[in-house]
Amino acid sequence: MNHTTPIDSEDRRIIQLTQTGLPLTPRPYHAIAEQLGLSPTEVMTRLEKMLAEGIIRRLGVIPNHYALGYRANAMTVWDIPDDLIDTFGEQIGQLEFVSHCYRRPRHLPRWPYNLFVMVHGRTRPEAEEKIEQIVTLLGTSQRGYKILYSTRILKKTGLRLGE
Amino acid sequence: MDSLDSLDRLIINHLQGGFPICERPYLEVAKYLHISEAVLIERLAQLLDKGLLSRFGLLYHAERLGGALTLAAMSVPETEFDQVTAIVNAFPEVAHNYARDHELNMWFVLATEQPERVPEVIQEIEAQTGLTVYNMPKQTEYYVGLRLEV
Repeated sequence: MNHTTPIDSEDRRIIQLTQTGLPLTPRPYHAIAEQLGLSPTEVMTRLEKMLAEGIIRRLGVIPNHYALGYRANAMTVWDIPDDLIDTFGEQIGQLEFVSHCYRRPRHLPRWPYNLFVMVHGRTRPEAEEKIEQIVTLLGTSQRGYKILYSTRILKKTGLRLGE
Repeated sequence: MDSLDSLDRLIINHLQGGFPICERPYLEVAKYLHISEAVLIERLAQLLDKGLLSRFGLLYHAERLGGALTLAAMSVPETEFDQVTAIVNAFPEVAHNYARDHELNMWFVLATEQPERVPEVIQEIEAQTGLTVYNMPKQTEYYVGLRLEV
Protein backbone atom coordinates (compact mmCIF):
# COMPACT_ATOMS: atom_id res chain seq x y z
CA MET A 1 0.00 0.00 0.00
CA ASN A 2 1.15 3.51 -0.76
CA HIS A 3 1.43 5.44 2.48
CA THR A 4 2.58 8.77 1.15
CA THR A 5 0.35 11.79 1.38
CA PRO A 6 0.23 13.31 -2.07
CA ILE A 7 -1.83 16.35 -1.10
CA ASP A 8 -0.71 19.62 0.38
CA SER A 9 -2.40 21.71 3.04
CA GLU A 10 -4.55 23.65 0.54
CA ASP A 11 -5.92 20.41 -0.95
CA ARG A 12 -6.59 19.21 2.54
CA ARG A 13 -8.53 22.35 3.45
CA ILE A 14 -10.61 22.01 0.28
CA ILE A 15 -11.49 18.40 1.18
CA GLN A 16 -12.31 19.31 4.77
CA LEU A 17 -14.64 22.03 3.62
CA THR A 18 -16.41 19.97 0.94
CA GLN A 19 -16.59 16.49 2.48
CA THR A 20 -19.86 17.20 4.25
CA GLY A 21 -21.42 18.98 1.32
CA LEU A 22 -20.97 21.39 -1.54
CA PRO A 23 -22.53 24.82 -1.01
CA LEU A 24 -26.00 24.99 -2.53
CA THR A 25 -25.38 28.31 -4.21
CA PRO A 26 -25.07 29.01 -7.95
CA ARG A 27 -21.28 29.35 -7.76
CA PRO A 28 -20.30 26.73 -5.15
CA TYR A 29 -16.58 26.66 -5.99
CA HIS A 30 -16.43 30.43 -5.73
CA ALA A 31 -18.02 30.18 -2.27
CA ILE A 32 -15.40 27.62 -1.19
CA ALA A 33 -12.63 29.79 -2.64
CA GLU A 34 -13.84 32.80 -0.73
CA GLN A 35 -13.95 30.87 2.53
CA LEU A 36 -10.41 29.59 2.03
CA GLY A 37 -8.92 32.78 0.66
CA LEU A 38 -8.01 31.12 -2.64
CA SER A 39 -9.00 32.02 -6.19
CA PRO A 40 -11.94 30.10 -7.70
CA THR A 41 -9.71 28.90 -10.51
CA GLU A 42 -7.26 27.44 -8.03
CA VAL A 43 -10.03 25.58 -6.16
CA MET A 44 -11.42 24.12 -9.39
CA THR A 45 -7.97 23.17 -10.72
CA ARG A 46 -7.08 21.43 -7.48
CA LEU A 47 -10.40 19.53 -7.41
CA GLU A 48 -9.93 18.44 -11.02
CA LYS A 49 -6.41 17.25 -10.29
CA MET A 50 -7.52 15.27 -7.21
CA LEU A 51 -10.34 13.68 -9.23
CA ALA A 52 -7.98 12.77 -12.07
CA GLU A 53 -5.54 11.21 -9.59
CA GLY A 54 -8.28 9.28 -7.85
CA ILE A 55 -7.72 11.04 -4.51
CA ILE A 56 -11.33 12.12 -4.84
CA ARG A 57 -13.37 9.13 -6.00
CA ARG A 58 -16.17 11.33 -7.20
CA LEU A 59 -18.29 14.39 -6.69
CA GLY A 60 -22.03 13.95 -6.61
CA VAL A 61 -24.90 12.65 -4.57
CA ILE A 62 -24.61 9.80 -2.11
CA PRO A 63 -28.13 8.36 -1.85
CA ASN A 64 -29.42 7.12 1.47
CA HIS A 65 -30.35 3.77 0.02
CA TYR A 66 -32.29 2.76 3.12
CA ALA A 67 -34.47 5.88 2.97
CA LEU A 68 -34.94 5.33 -0.77
CA GLY A 69 -36.54 1.97 -0.15
CA TYR A 70 -33.52 -0.35 -0.42
CA ARG A 71 -34.08 -2.10 2.90
CA ALA A 72 -32.34 -5.39 2.19
CA ASN A 73 -28.61 -4.72 2.36
CA ALA A 74 -26.87 -8.00 1.94
CA MET A 75 -23.18 -8.51 2.52
CA THR A 76 -22.51 -11.69 0.59
CA VAL A 77 -19.28 -13.53 1.25
CA TRP A 78 -17.84 -16.24 -0.98
CA ASP A 79 -15.11 -18.84 -0.75
CA ILE A 80 -13.35 -18.70 -4.13
CA PRO A 81 -10.13 -20.54 -5.00
CA ASP A 82 -7.22 -18.07 -4.96
CA ASP A 83 -6.34 -18.70 -8.60
CA LEU A 84 -9.83 -17.77 -9.77
CA ILE A 85 -10.67 -14.86 -7.50
CA ASP A 86 -9.37 -12.02 -9.70
CA THR A 87 -11.30 -13.22 -12.75
CA PHE A 88 -14.56 -13.63 -10.86
CA GLY A 89 -14.02 -10.52 -8.71
CA GLU A 90 -13.82 -8.42 -11.88
CA GLN A 91 -16.89 -10.08 -13.42
CA ILE A 92 -19.04 -9.79 -10.30
CA GLY A 93 -17.94 -6.17 -9.80
CA GLN A 94 -19.43 -5.37 -13.20
CA LEU A 95 -22.95 -6.51 -12.24
CA GLU A 96 -25.13 -3.42 -11.98
CA PHE A 97 -26.63 -4.31 -8.60
CA VAL A 98 -23.25 -4.69 -6.86
CA SER A 99 -21.99 -1.63 -4.93
CA HIS A 100 -18.77 -3.04 -3.48
CA CYS A 101 -16.67 -6.03 -4.51
CA TYR A 102 -13.47 -6.71 -2.58
CA ARG A 103 -11.01 -9.48 -1.88
CA ARG A 104 -10.29 -9.85 1.85
CA PRO A 105 -8.25 -12.38 3.86
CA ARG A 106 -9.71 -15.62 5.19
CA HIS A 107 -9.49 -16.45 8.89
CA LEU A 108 -9.37 -20.25 8.83
CA PRO A 109 -10.94 -22.36 10.12
CA ARG A 110 -13.61 -19.98 11.32
CA TRP A 111 -13.95 -17.77 8.26
CA PRO A 112 -13.21 -19.33 4.83
CA TYR A 113 -14.63 -16.46 2.74
CA ASN A 114 -12.33 -14.29 0.64
CA LEU A 115 -14.68 -12.37 -1.69
CA PHE A 116 -17.07 -9.75 -0.28
CA VAL A 117 -19.91 -8.52 -2.49
CA MET A 118 -22.51 -5.97 -1.35
CA VAL A 119 -25.93 -6.41 -2.94
CA HIS A 120 -28.84 -4.04 -2.36
CA GLY A 121 -32.49 -4.88 -2.81
CA ARG A 122 -35.79 -3.34 -1.79
CA THR A 123 -36.74 -6.64 -0.18
CA ARG A 124 -34.87 -9.80 0.76
CA PRO A 125 -36.47 -11.80 -2.09
CA GLU A 126 -35.31 -9.11 -4.52
CA ALA A 127 -31.77 -9.20 -3.09
CA GLU A 128 -31.77 -12.99 -3.21
CA GLU A 129 -32.85 -13.02 -6.84
CA LYS A 130 -29.77 -10.92 -7.57
CA ILE A 131 -27.57 -13.15 -5.43
CA GLU A 132 -28.81 -16.13 -7.48
CA GLN A 133 -27.29 -14.46 -10.55
CA ILE A 134 -23.91 -14.51 -8.78
CA VAL A 135 -24.43 -18.17 -7.86
CA THR A 136 -25.12 -18.93 -11.53
CA LEU A 137 -22.14 -16.91 -12.72
CA LEU A 138 -19.79 -18.75 -10.35
CA GLY A 139 -21.15 -22.22 -11.07
CA THR A 140 -18.84 -24.80 -9.51
CA SER A 141 -16.08 -22.24 -8.95
CA GLN A 142 -17.25 -21.33 -5.45
CA ARG A 143 -16.88 -23.59 -2.43
CA GLY A 144 -19.58 -21.94 -0.32
CA TYR A 145 -21.18 -18.62 0.46
CA LYS A 146 -23.17 -16.81 3.11
CA ILE A 147 -25.59 -13.88 3.09
CA LEU A 148 -25.19 -11.52 6.04
CA TYR A 149 -28.02 -9.00 6.27
CA SER A 150 -27.58 -5.90 8.35
CA THR A 151 -30.09 -6.01 11.18
CA ARG A 152 -29.20 -2.66 12.76
CA ILE A 153 -27.05 0.33 11.96
CA LEU A 154 -25.03 0.84 15.14
CA LYS A 155 -23.00 3.80 13.87
CA LYS A 156 -22.76 5.66 10.60
CA THR A 157 -20.61 8.75 10.51
CA GLY A 158 -18.80 7.95 7.28
CA LEU A 159 -15.25 8.96 6.54
CA ARG A 160 -14.18 12.30 7.85
CA LEU A 161 -10.88 14.00 7.37
CA GLY A 162 -10.09 15.55 10.74
CA GLU A 163 -8.76 19.01 11.48
CA MET B 1 -40.19 6.56 -1.03
CA ASP B 2 -43.35 8.55 -0.32
CA SER B 3 -42.32 11.98 -1.49
CA LEU B 4 -40.11 11.12 -4.45
CA ASP B 5 -41.46 12.41 -7.76
CA SER B 6 -40.10 11.85 -11.22
CA LEU B 7 -37.87 14.93 -11.09
CA ASP B 8 -36.32 13.80 -7.79
CA ARG B 9 -35.60 10.43 -9.37
CA LEU B 10 -34.04 12.02 -12.42
CA ILE B 11 -31.81 14.21 -10.25
CA ILE B 12 -30.70 11.34 -8.00
CA ASN B 13 -29.99 8.98 -10.88
CA HIS B 14 -28.14 11.63 -12.85
CA LEU B 15 -26.02 13.02 -10.01
CA GLN B 16 -24.87 9.59 -8.83
CA GLY B 17 -22.68 9.70 -11.91
CA GLY B 18 -20.88 12.90 -10.96
CA PHE B 19 -21.09 16.66 -10.70
CA PRO B 20 -19.28 19.15 -12.95
CA ILE B 21 -16.44 21.41 -11.87
CA CYS B 22 -17.06 24.80 -13.49
CA GLU B 23 -18.27 28.27 -12.56
CA ARG B 24 -22.00 27.41 -12.67
CA PRO B 25 -22.21 23.63 -12.19
CA TYR B 26 -25.87 23.65 -11.10
CA LEU B 27 -26.78 25.60 -14.21
CA GLU B 28 -24.94 23.08 -16.40
CA VAL B 29 -26.76 20.11 -14.82
CA ALA B 30 -30.09 21.98 -14.86
CA LYS B 31 -29.80 22.67 -18.59
CA TYR B 32 -29.13 18.99 -19.23
CA LEU B 33 -32.21 18.04 -17.20
CA HIS B 34 -34.31 20.82 -18.80
CA ILE B 35 -35.06 22.55 -15.52
CA SER B 36 -33.93 25.83 -13.99
CA GLU B 37 -30.87 26.25 -11.82
CA ALA B 38 -33.02 27.45 -8.91
CA VAL B 39 -35.28 24.40 -9.08
CA LEU B 40 -32.29 22.03 -9.07
CA ILE B 41 -30.77 23.74 -6.03
CA GLU B 42 -34.10 23.73 -4.21
CA ARG B 43 -34.72 20.05 -4.95
CA LEU B 44 -31.25 19.07 -3.75
CA ALA B 45 -31.80 21.01 -0.52
CA GLN B 46 -35.13 19.22 0.01
CA LEU B 47 -33.69 15.76 -0.72
CA LEU B 48 -30.90 16.41 1.79
CA ASP B 49 -33.35 17.77 4.38
CA LYS B 50 -35.56 14.71 4.08
CA GLY B 51 -32.56 12.43 4.43
CA LEU B 52 -33.12 10.82 1.02
CA LEU B 53 -29.57 11.80 0.15
CA SER B 54 -26.91 11.02 2.74
CA ARG B 55 -24.63 13.59 1.26
CA PHE B 56 -24.02 15.81 -1.71
CA GLY B 57 -20.36 16.52 -2.04
CA LEU B 58 -17.15 14.65 -2.54
CA LEU B 59 -16.15 11.16 -1.69
CA TYR B 60 -12.42 10.87 -1.12
CA HIS B 61 -10.13 7.86 -1.38
CA ALA B 62 -8.80 7.28 2.14
CA GLU B 63 -5.80 5.18 1.14
CA ARG B 64 -4.69 7.61 -1.56
CA LEU B 65 -4.75 10.34 1.07
CA GLY B 66 -2.24 8.33 3.04
CA GLY B 67 -4.76 6.86 5.48
CA ALA B 68 -5.98 3.35 5.99
CA LEU B 69 -9.33 1.57 6.00
CA THR B 70 -10.24 -1.85 7.20
CA LEU B 71 -13.29 -4.00 7.87
CA ALA B 72 -13.33 -5.86 11.16
CA ALA B 73 -15.72 -8.34 12.73
CA MET B 74 -16.45 -9.64 16.20
CA SER B 75 -18.57 -12.36 17.71
CA VAL B 76 -20.35 -10.59 20.56
CA PRO B 77 -22.49 -12.45 23.13
CA GLU B 78 -26.05 -11.07 23.08
CA THR B 79 -25.92 -10.16 26.76
CA GLU B 80 -22.89 -7.92 26.16
CA PHE B 81 -24.01 -6.51 22.84
CA ASP B 82 -25.00 -3.01 23.96
CA GLN B 83 -21.95 -2.63 26.17
CA VAL B 84 -19.58 -3.72 23.37
CA THR B 85 -21.39 -1.44 20.91
CA ALA B 86 -20.73 1.52 23.21
CA ILE B 87 -17.03 0.63 23.51
CA VAL B 88 -16.54 0.18 19.75
CA ASN B 89 -18.57 3.25 18.74
CA ALA B 90 -16.63 5.45 21.17
CA PHE B 91 -13.56 5.21 18.90
CA PRO B 92 -13.62 8.12 16.45
CA GLU B 93 -11.83 5.84 13.96
CA VAL B 94 -14.98 3.66 13.71
CA ALA B 95 -16.77 5.12 10.69
CA HIS B 96 -19.58 2.57 10.35
CA ASN B 97 -20.78 -0.23 12.57
CA TYR B 98 -23.47 -2.74 11.64
CA ALA B 99 -25.15 -5.60 13.45
CA ARG B 100 -25.43 -8.59 11.10
CA ASP B 101 -27.20 -11.92 11.35
CA HIS B 102 -24.23 -14.27 11.68
CA GLU B 103 -22.13 -15.74 14.44
CA LEU B 104 -19.78 -12.85 13.66
CA ASN B 105 -22.51 -10.38 14.53
CA MET B 106 -20.75 -7.03 14.69
CA TRP B 107 -19.02 -5.56 11.61
CA PHE B 108 -17.30 -2.21 11.63
CA VAL B 109 -15.15 -0.11 9.34
CA LEU B 110 -12.07 1.56 10.77
CA ALA B 111 -10.78 4.63 8.97
CA THR B 112 -7.55 6.12 10.24
CA GLU B 113 -5.40 8.92 8.94
CA GLN B 114 -2.27 7.16 10.17
CA PRO B 115 -2.03 3.55 8.93
CA GLU B 116 -0.32 2.45 12.16
CA ARG B 117 -3.47 3.39 14.09
CA VAL B 118 -5.39 0.41 12.63
CA PRO B 119 -3.58 -2.29 14.65
CA GLU B 120 -3.54 0.01 17.68
CA VAL B 121 -7.31 0.53 17.63
CA ILE B 122 -7.88 -3.20 17.11
CA GLN B 123 -5.69 -3.99 20.13
CA GLU B 124 -7.47 -1.39 22.22
CA ILE B 125 -10.89 -2.79 21.30
CA GLU B 126 -9.72 -6.32 22.12
CA ALA B 127 -8.30 -5.14 25.45
CA GLN B 128 -11.45 -3.26 26.43
CA THR B 129 -13.92 -5.96 25.35
CA GLY B 130 -11.94 -9.13 25.96
CA LEU B 131 -13.13 -10.34 22.52
CA THR B 132 -11.21 -11.26 19.37
CA VAL B 133 -11.35 -8.78 16.50
CA TYR B 134 -11.04 -10.36 13.06
CA ASN B 135 -9.26 -7.89 10.81
CA MET B 136 -10.24 -8.15 7.14
CA PRO B 137 -8.46 -5.39 5.23
CA LYS B 138 -9.18 -5.11 1.54
CA GLN B 139 -6.57 -6.93 -0.56
CA THR B 140 -8.02 -6.13 -3.98
CA GLU B 141 -10.75 -3.71 -4.93
CA TYR B 142 -12.70 -4.97 -7.94
CA TYR B 143 -15.47 -2.39 -7.83
CA VAL B 144 -16.86 0.30 -5.60
CA GLY B 145 -19.71 2.64 -6.42
CA LEU B 146 -23.37 3.03 -5.79
CA ARG B 147 -25.62 2.78 -8.80
CA LEU B 148 -29.07 2.54 -7.37
CA GLU B 149 -31.76 3.29 -9.89
CA VAL B 150 -34.56 5.01 -8.01
